[in-house]
Amino acid sequence: MTWEAVIGLETHVELSTESKMFCGCPARFDAKPNTNICPVCLGLPGALPVPNREAINRIVQIGLALNCSVNRRPVFHRKNYFYADLPKNYQISQFDLPVCVDGYLEVGGDHPGRIGIERVHQEEDTGKSTHRGGDGRISAAEYSLLDFNRSGVPLVEVVTRPDIRSAAQARAYAQELRLLVEALGVSDARLEEGSIRFDANISVRSGPEAPLGTKVEIKNMNSFRSLERAVSYEIARQTARLSSGQGIVMETRHWDEETGVTRGGRIKEGSSDYRYFPDPDLVPMEVDREWENRMAALLPELPSVRRERYEEMGIDTAQAATLAGAEAGLSQLFEDAVEAGAGPGQAANWATGEVVASLRKAGIPSVGESSLNGPSLAELLGMVRQGSLSGSAAREVLAGVIAGEGSPAEVAATRDLLQISDTGLLESVVDGLIAANPDEFARLKDGERKLVGFFVGQVMRNTRGRADPKLAGSLISERAGL
Amino acid sequence: MAFTTIAGAARALRTGRVTSVGLADQVLARTSMVEAQLHAYLTLDSDGLMEAAARADEELAAGKDRGPLHGIPIAVKDNMTTRHMETTAGSRILSGYVPPYDATAVRRLRDAGALIAGKTNLDEFAMGSSTENSAFGPTRNPWNTDRVPGGSSGGSVAAVAAGMALGGLGSDTGGSIRQPASLCGVVGAKPTYGAVSRYGLIAFASSLDQIGPIAHRVEDAALLLDAICGHDPLDATSYPGEIEPSGSWLDRGLDGIRVGVARRLGGADAVEPDVEAAFDRALAAMEGAGAVTLEVDLPSTEQGLSAYYLIAPAECSANLARFDGVRYGLRVDGVTTEQMMSRSRADGFGAEVTRRVLLGTFALSAGYHEAFYGQAQKVRTLIREDFARAYTQCDVLVSPTSATTAFPLGDRTDDPLSMYVSDVFTIPSNLAGHPAISVPVALDRHDLPIGFQVMAPALEEAVMFQVAAAVESLTGFDTTVPFDPAYGLRGGVR
Repeated sequence: MTWEAVIGLETHVELSTESKMFCGCPARFDAKPNTNICPVCLGLPGALPVPNREAINRIVQIGLALNCSVNRRPVFHRKNYFYADLPKNYQISQFDLPVCVDGYLEVGGDHPGRIGIERVHQEEDTGKSTHRGGDGRISAAEYSLLDFNRSGVPLVEVVTRPDIRSAAQARAYAQELRLLVEALGVSDARLEEGSIRFDANISVRSGPEAPLGTKVEIKNMNSFRSLERAVSYEIARQTARLSSGQGIVMETRHWDEETGVTRGGRIKEGSSDYRYFPDPDLVPMEVDREWENRMAALLPELPSVRRERYEEMGIDTAQAATLAGAEAGLSQLFEDAVEAGAGPGQAANWATGEVVASLRKAGIPSVGESSLNGPSLAELLGMVRQGSLSGSAAREVLAGVIAGEGSPAEVAATRDLLQISDTGLLESVVDGLIAANPDEFARLKDGERKLVGFFVGQVMRNTRGRADPKLAGSLISERAGL
Repeated sequence: MAFTTIAGAARALRTGRVTSVGLADQVLARTSMVEAQLHAYLTLDSDGLMEAAARADEELAAGKDRGPLHGIPIAVKDNMTTRHMETTAGSRILSGYVPPYDATAVRRLRDAGALIAGKTNLDEFAMGSSTENSAFGPTRNPWNTDRVPGGSSGGSVAAVAAGMALGGLGSDTGGSIRQPASLCGVVGAKPTYGAVSRYGLIAFASSLDQIGPIAHRVEDAALLLDAICGHDPLDATSYPGEIEPSGSWLDRGLDGIRVGVARRLGGADAVEPDVEAAFDRALAAMEGAGAVTLEVDLPSTEQGLSAYYLIAPAECSANLARFDGVRYGLRVDGVTTEQMMSRSRADGFGAEVTRRVLLGTFALSAGYHEAFYGQAQKVRTLIREDFARAYTQCDVLVSPTSATTAFPLGDRTDDPLSMYVSDVFTIPSNLAGHPAISVPVALDRHDLPIGFQVMAPALEEAVMFQVAAAVESLTGFDTTVPFDPAYGLRGGVR
């Protein structure tokens, strides 16, 4: 029997708006605990929510980028459940009338496919609990600390249809979604800081036509790697159980990164009864055609479109993906360099290779914060192409440009890195070396051709890498009468 | 002489016949005489009141006049947050809770120069019609202390009726201002939903709650309302447009006003004969003053009480979820977080609140949601349509405010349904979101006040107050509570 996994992902994306979803507090939760709080996000008696329009702008952009249709009258509902870090003991979320519905995201790479998007809805984040004592879990903790800085930060939830069929595809989808929200500039999109979080719903069935199996929800995956591992583990676990005739329990399981297994928690009672009802503190919004059009006009080029464009420029698929997926400044650098006359292939190689390495070495987090720009990269690459800079010298010049020492020509001149292409100058170096190594030269003359390399190496060392190795080689061959 | 009206006191303040400190002294003196019998206040801020009164006098002397409420002592229902002043909502779960902010209505009162005398008693979380559901003991009716003052704003209403403040703020979810105003012989108004910000009003049922004024005279109620109403960016349901000041047309009379008589509003039956008679006498007087009356029928309002007792509990079940012992208020420890929450809520909430939270939780449950909450919302739409139809034929609607006058303490506490029926006449306006006001028109055979309700379409407060002021002057009812300094108030309790 061929088992087939059926996977749906729910992705929470924290928006990087200035203020929180329903109050004016800064939407930053890296501050000292409980400093970005007010009566509203603390759920104090009498406080009322007022929606943040910028958050709605952003969710509409996400929805449009995911090919969704926009609800003209989306409604906020209260989702009722008791939890210590949920200040009102209900979360303002959406139920049957989310902001965006019915879209899709194309996933490329090794696991291509169109993943259906069921809905994109807006909600508020909860506070954060830290359990102290015991093993750090709530059940064994002596006490818990609550930080409400995150409470009320706008959260967008993107829910797929059960269209994903493998762990690798789940990862590919998640990465593509991250690229998309990053390109939109609506979120910090940093997984390590929890600004994107995943839940997976997984079931396994006996074949593509078979009815759906019992689904299990997996939580607590905070990297692409752990998402892929967790989904992979869970598929294997369910397949093994089904293969040996055991059933699957509908439940929520937690991924344990250290041991690499999912652990059962509380069993889901059917589906939890959240007693959703429209929040009477909020009037229905009116997202009219005009609003939608304004947001559509703000959409930047999406990663998938950019990738295709790069491929059409002759850049290979992997590099196009890297470049389109890299931070915005890098693809901009690439495009500006090409615009300034650099060859696309060479520019892509350098942008994704040397530039990234040099920035990292210099401890500069992004291109934008360095002195490097498209025209200067193009100038540097031109010098390499013309033979006035060797590869290693070019790397040094790049470091100088990044450090703000001047244009590539200036750096090359100041650091004395220009390639020696002056035949007369090189001839004297070559002649000196022949005189210093008579035995080797004799063997070369007798036809031991590999000694050309020895002499070229000596020339390079003598000129500190500045000689044109091709010219040096031909001069030596000439002297030896080859 | 004692000042009982805001407008009168405001004039006297400006002619120098009285000072704000004098007014504060007056209400504190009266409070010291009757509060032991009434229990209208949960917090009386005597020191704060005297300081604020002195400041108000200084300001006025320096030429800074904040308007008609400048220097006037006001009582605020204890479900509106007051910065640095305990706010309990009449519940043990909030005992000792001091909010860090003022409700918008309170802030606007302060900005208008009013003095907050204290916080008044109420049915716990405003759930009740007699103020007997307060965790801190009942308030009594100043006209007869064996009787309830009505509720849930019984404390504010009793304080105003007995002269312990010149005006008050209450909140009205199903009649909680108008019914006690009727039972205590004062004026009480529920404005259009959205006219007064709910920011800082501890929510009972968010889609129904409105803050409103309580005073001896219609004119005073209009002054209070005009000070607190208007758009508030902190309340998303607050009405964003301009509203005609409610006191604009107080002296225009009734000539040509079309009055719809909704005698059986809410399916009311068993209206006490004295109440019915007083209502008819007021109607006749209105006709005599040029009003055109016609009997109207609002059949859907018969379902109002049922719809109300699904919608209000449903909303309250979520609104009261935040009282869990985690961040503020009563905490009863437990082994787990759930147990701590559960114990805090069990100990912190009274019987009526618990009943409504359970009712609402059930009404929202999967499988029942549509049958209960969904149906109730449909009834609400039908009621709005009934009102809209009625208002094609008339400018205002009138009815009794309450089918009965003040009932004895304990009379309805064992039978929640008999208590719920207290609000049949008042609930329809909350469901429709329309303004309504109760004006005292007479005393019954037991010398207990009878109220007369005037209702108007949304945002038509000015017409409503115009009619209410006319009714007030036509019935000529003296709202002074019988009070003998030697014996205190009338009733069995001394």
